[in-house]
Amino acid sequence: MRDVWKIYPDGSQALRGVSVLIERNEFVYIVGPSGAGKSTFMKLIYREEVPTRGEISVNGFNIGKLKPRKIPYIRRNIGVVFQDFRLLPKLTVYENVAFAMEVIEAPRRLIRKRVMEVLELVGLKSKANSLPAQLSGGEQQRVAIARAIVNNPAVIVADEPTGNLDPETSWGIMNLLEEIHFRGATIVMATHNKEIVNTLRKRVIAIENGVIVRDEPKGEYGYEI
Amino acid sequence: MKFSTLLRHLREGSLSVVRNGWMSFASISSIAISLFILGVFLLLTLNVNNLTKQIENQVQIRVFLSLDISREKIEAIGRSIGALPEVSRIRFVSKAEGLEILRRNLGEDGQGILDEYDDTNNPLPDSYTVEVVDPERIAEVAAKIRAIGDADPDRPIRSVRYGQGTVEMLFRVTNAVRNVGLVIVLGLAFTATLLISNTIRITIFARRREIGIMKLVGATNSFIRWPFFVEGALLGFIGSAVTTAVLLAAYNWLVQSLQLEFGLMMIRLVTVRESGLLVAGVLIGIGTLIGIWGSAISVRKYLKV
Repeated sequence: MRDVWKIYPDGSQALRGVSVLIERNEFVYIVGPSGAGKSTFMKLIYREEVPTRGEISVNGFNIGKLKPRKIPYIRRNIGVVFQDFRLLPKLTVYENVAFAMEVIEAPRRLIRKRVMEVLELVGLKSKANSLPAQLSGGEQQRVAIARAIVNNPAVIVADEPTGNLDPETSWGIMNLLEEIHFRGATIVMATHNKEIVNTLRKRVIAIENGVIVRDEPKGEYGYEI
Repeated sequence: MKFSTLLRHLREGSLSVVRNGWMSFASISSIAISLFILGVFLLLTLNVNNLTKQIENQVQIRVFLSLDISREKIEAIGRSIGALPEVSRIRFVSKAEGLEILRRNLGEDGQGILDEYDDTNNPLPDSYTVEVVDPERIAEVAAKIRAIGDADPDRPIRSVRYGQGTVEMLFRVTNAVRNVGLVIVLGLAFTATLLISNTIRITIFARRREIGIMKLVGATNSFIRWPFFVEGALLGFIGSAVTTAVLLAAYNWLVQSLQLEFGLMMIRLVTVRESGLLVAGVLIGIGTLIGIWGSAISVRKYLKV
């Protein structure tokens, strides 16, 4: 990411000249107060927003200049996880995860095999036929993570994945992300969770008022809640 | 697109109808009701058209022959008129028969007028009743028949009548009735189109969040769109099929129970056998196409994520 500016149509400057390089297979926390630009930073990575100025490359693609027609294809290489899970409410757990594979037109047999594999990894194999509404928050987030990793993306973008979960459940999710990281994925996670950042030490990038104010390997959360 | 993906879209689209149970039920009902109104008017228009055609076909030319011509001449004239391509039927009406018809037409009140006439002093001429293929060109045909008479030095044809003036008026009225019917049906078809596409738009509006999620997972627009097309087509098809079945069954019952009454009034209703295919084609065709169209325009709106 080089000298990225993002100014929304209402004139608010969410990011003001942000430059950062995240290496392959890094695990990065993005921290900072609410409204500092964290979410914008994340949205730029999976191309929900386009930078007003500057350049963003993910996996070697300049995604700021991407034609709208190409967007779906780069998204397939980026798994996204949100605070509010964003599962398809009328599909079962299995169908939700399988959807991400149907999108890439994978053969049905392969889908079946891989989805069960991933559900096993997140520990939800027994709930494959449940609807999201029948699951707890933690379980729903696991489904979302399963969907994010089912296509083996190079990058996982997690926007406050533990924001809606109690501490114990949060640690379960973190273990899962660690496991995925261990298997080779780059993870960018925006968070407000001081305990997690200070315990599970990783690189920390702090954003305030749209600029990076701190970037340290094995950093601390650095804010009092 | 792979064939297996196409199958997946078909499966997803149909499943979606089931998953969104109440929404689907609401759209199907609204489609069925708006098409039902259209169907009723369509049948009404078909019947009005049929009736005007029946009236038009009753228009005839009467050819009155001279009193003093031979039987051979009468037959020769009949043959030449019958040979005209525009003539569909020709019937000889003898003077005795003519008197009888006149008596009948005058009814009870007028019978006294003709009392003193019988076969010996019948003042009426022999005549031909001619029916034409295309009633709208009746004036032309009448002129041709007159020309046949004029060509013969004996002037065997005394006059040719077809209700000049009245017939032209009749055609103006029947054409107007037909056009009004057509305008009503087109107007209703337009209204039904708006109603149906609007209903489908609402069902999709309820799922705009889902579309957003699909896009985040990396689904292409066409991948998202296809199941919605299938769903829209299915909703339209089911709704219109239900309407068609109910409408035609009800109409069939109506025709059968009213046949006698209308028959006495010399009105023949269009039967289901004659109109069923047209009505079913129009209703199901409109229903299905609008279903697809409605989902196409509404999905497009929410695809811009």
